[in-house]
Amino acid sequence: MKYLDEFRDPELARTLLDQIEATVTRHWVMMEVCGGQTHSIIRNGIDKLLPPEVELVHGPGCPVCVTPLDTIDKALAIASQPGVIFCSFGDMLRVPGSDRDLFRVKSEGGDVRVVYSPLDAFRIAQQNPDRQVVFFGIGFETTAPANAMAVHMAKTHGLTNFSMLVSHVLVPPAIEAICSSPTNRVQAFLAAGHVCSVMGYADYAPLAEKYHVPIVVTGFEPLDILEGIRKTVLQLEAGRAEVENAYPRAVQRDGNPDARRMLADVFSVTDRNWRGIGMIPGSGWELSEKYRDFDAAYRFTVTGIVTKESEICRSGEVLQGLIKPNQCEAFGTLCTPRKPLGATMVSTEGACAAYYNYGRFTESEGAPR
Amino acid sequence: MTIDLSGWSCPLPLRDEPNIMLGHGGGGKMSAELVEHLFLPAFDNAALRSLGDGAVVAGASRLSISTDSFVVHPRFFPGGDIGELAVNGTVNDVAMCGAVPRYIAVAFILEEGLPMQELGVIVDSMARAAKAAGVALVTGDTKVVDRGHGDGIFITTTGVGVLGDDVEIGPDRARPGDAVLVSGTIGDHGMAIMSVREGLDFESTIKSDTAPLNHMIATLLEAGVEVHTLRDPTRGGLAATLTEIAVASGVGVLIDERSVPIDRVVQSACEMLGMDPFHVANEGKLVAFVAAEDAERALAVMRGFEIGTRAAIIGEVVAGHPGMVVAKTAIGSTRVIDTQIGEQLPRIC
Repeated sequence: MKYLDEFRDPELARTLLDQIEATVTRHWVMMEVCGGQTHSIIRNGIDKLLPPEVELVHGPGCPVCVTPLDTIDKALAIASQPGVIFCSFGDMLRVPGSDRDLFRVKSEGGDVRVVYSPLDAFRIAQQNPDRQVVFFGIGFETTAPANAMAVHMAKTHGLTNFSMLVSHVLVPPAIEAICSSPTNRVQAFLAAGHVCSVMGYADYAPLAEKYHVPIVVTGFEPLDILEGIRKTVLQLEAGRAEVENAYPRAVQRDGNPDARRMLADVFSVTDRNWRGIGMIPGSGWELSEKYRDFDAAYRFTVTGIVTKESEICRSGEVLQGLIKPNQCEAFGTLCTPRKPLGATMVSTEGACAAYYNYGRFTESEGAPR
Repeated sequence: MTIDLSGWSCPLPLRDEPNIMLGHGGGGKMSAELVEHLFLPAFDNAALRSLGDGAVVAGASRLSISTDSFVVHPRFFPGGDIGELAVNGTVNDVAMCGAVPRYIAVAFILEEGLPMQELGVIVDSMARAAKAAGVALVTGDTKVVDRGHGDGIFITTTGVGVLGDDVEIGPDRARPGDAVLVSGTIGDHGMAIMSVREGLDFESTIKSDTAPLNHMIATLLEAGVEVHTLRDPTRGGLAATLTEIAVASGVGVLIDERSVPIDRVVQSACEMLGMDPFHVANEGKLVAFVAAEDAERALAVMRGFEIGTRAAIIGEVVAGHPGMVVAKTAIGSTRVIDTQIGEQLPRIC
């Protein structure tokens, strides 16, 4: 794989940091939307290198973190049913439902399998015609095309034993929800590069204009993120609020038209409840009428779900950028990756996990907190 | 991956039984045939030849003992197989306290139906690994479980090594100022297994690094390097090993992320799957904490071995942040390196 070291070059990073420092004159709050960016920021220590005027707050873009609890409980119930092969991406397995996680279901005899692609689940369904194969189709616009393709192929092949439990979420409505909240303090957004590689960035222009916030499409490597921040600071200081693309090597204005056509066919927009945040109108995708037969929520009857969230977990405030993970009283004490209270402490893209795993050391303190 | 089993030859009567049967673990004639016709010729040595329940061997005043079970799936993978791994893994564990591994006891748990030829290939590979490491397989046991109650073959090996009177190496002996070295690229074994297990194709085949490390350790000690701590970063990878040592010694470990050798294909595979190579298993690498003034000499010794050509000094021991491993990141900041909770899980996107 090329272009790894190139985008982690310390001298180029220094140059970008110098430019940011030279530009910034006052305190700005910007949000990186995607959890992948949050992890890159904390793992590489980018936040510690930025001038104090630039405050990064971490956004809701951690797919497993915002998947609603009742959907997870439904997944756990379906995965526990005899005859079901339940397929999921790996980092969903440790996400706590009301009383257990998929790992627990697996240890209790459920056939839970980690797959690397929804197409693997499709193949498992082909190979096991006498079993019901369910794929947990979650994520933002990034993972949606492959999920759509798996459902489309199942329909094309006439598979009757494949279905998907869908809980897709969409970025633009989430940005709108944050901007319109009375407690909002975010003044600019680093948009999620991989989401935009699928969807393009035309949808963000009305948001930038309506709420007067710069929105800069940003990648994931350290230099990508620094360049996104630099462009954002330039806009903020100049009083501009535009949509800009700082990730042109992966993102085009219209995204990936083929993928978008597939998405429009397979999914339809729906209201979605975000874990920790609440209902955001028009912020989700469900399977469209045409593909309803492949919707696990319809195929399996699951009743009696009573969700129970931790009373002390403040992951919702973390996901909205209202507090930093280490401002939560439970952080690192009652809540650790070993005993997580909320999904943000579990996922590889969760902000709390990033802070716990990588961010506990500060140079000035010289010792762990 | 295709395994060529055609080269394996086995004397009668094992040839007549193409698969392991329950009787091979029954303690009767079939068991005896397995020992006499397969294990004994492969591992031949005086102690084993007596075929007692226990082997009588020469000892020393200080011994190092270690045991490990091997359940790897698939049994054959690029760069090795479960047999080679079972010998090297235990040889390395014994050697990590500075001992010279001498003897290995082996217990096989075989699943009914395991192709005899596969067992033959695994046993041959164990014999080769033992020879390369300079250890003798002196005693063993075989059990056969019903079909469906095992995964083909599980191997437990117990190793014994002799320890010089003046050798003091342990996880609690790292001291501020020590240099931290790793003997080569990290993450090769774990990613090799993952690539075959999940049928993932990368630019080129990633091979397991399974290898005995006892010769490298012996040479380090012969060269007079003041070695304080040795560990082979197997499960949990380099991150877990460094953290364990930091905790056990009550010191901080500061490493430079960019100095840690990682094969490009392994790095790419990790990036693609969202894995951190610092948490991926190795089976032929060691981490050494040595007195700072001996660091260059230790490096030269490591690089003198074919398995150590990419050895590197990756950091140092500090008095600050005891029990914690901190890395200088590629762009010049810092981050914590911690132990994983369980298995590393590939991420969603």
